[in-house]
Amino acid sequence: MTKIKSLADLKKKKDDLQSKIALREKSDKPEGRVQVKVAMATCGIASGSKDVMEYMVDEMDKRNIDAIVTQTGCMGYCYAEPTIEVRLPGQEPVVYGYVDLKKADEIIEKYIRNGELVDGIIPVNYQTIEKNK
Amino acid sequence: MKDLSLHILDIVQNSITAGAKDIRITIEEDTKVNTYLIRVEDDGCGMSEEMQEKVLDPYFTSRTTRKVGLGIPLFKQNAERTGGHLSLWSTPGKGTTIEAVFVHDNIDRPVLGDIAGVMGLLIGGNPEIRFRYAHQKDGKSYVADTREITEALDGMPVNDPEILRFIKEMIRENLAELHAN
Repeated sequence: MTKIKSLADLKKKKDDLQSKIALREKSDKPEGRVQVKVAMATCGIASGSKDVMEYMVDEMDKRNIDAIVTQTGCMGYCYAEPTIEVRLPGQEPVVYGYVDLKKADEIIEKYIRNGELVDGIIPVNYQTIEKNK
Repeated sequence: MKDLSLHILDIVQNSITAGAKDIRITIEEDTKVNTYLIRVEDDGCGMSEEMQEKVLDPYFTSRTTRKVGLGIPLFKQNAERTGGHLSLWSTPGKGTTIEAVFVHDNIDRPVLGDIAGVMGLLIGGNPEIRFRYAHQKDGKSYVADTREITEALDGMPVNDPEILRFIKEMIRENLAELHAN
């Protein structure tokens, strides 16, 4: 593949892609998609959230998972950065801490694909038995 | 922060929080005068004079989730460690400019790092904001403008993963030609 260096090169690439993207755009309902939020404040960035974010975007695309990956601010769990919040369609969001690329891979394969919880959850939105009565 | 591109990512997040729609990132490398300048200009909500002083204090933040705000203080510390400095101008309602000057050949100056990746994240995460990234080195320069990129894409979403990969590659190739570091 030739390298892209100018806007003209970008234009050419875009034409090749047009049909592929039209397909993707059909599933544009956010509720029906997996939503991933990567915390990207000073604490997150300093701990490597940029790499986690890029990894999530690329891997969701490569593994054909219909997901929206976005950035968010600091949730106050600076000690556990990088943190990510994953919301599967129709479920409560789950926050994971200390997410490196290996953990990110595990979260994609186990939690996002199969709904199987993995280690490293930060209990943000838990409910106690008393409250539930 | 491991490198300068991460500082830029961090500082630009402030601009985004300030509601900016037009953000200019400029890097000017001058190996003769021996300076490495990074400037971030935005048209966000700006800051009062009182707040401009406070943001340099690590124990000030506009957030409520934690009590410290280290983005600007860390950037300032890194610039000063090389013998450089950090300045800030802001007008409420107009926008903010933040400028850090590093000594180019100082051993404590972090490398630029993956600025193409940072721009990819910023563009992909905020398709409605216009980003202009200009990099100058010893008289040669490269400019990436999301308005031009959007025009070239002709209606294609700028935040598509494949398109973002192309944009990153384009920035990376041009910077390699400038020998930017």
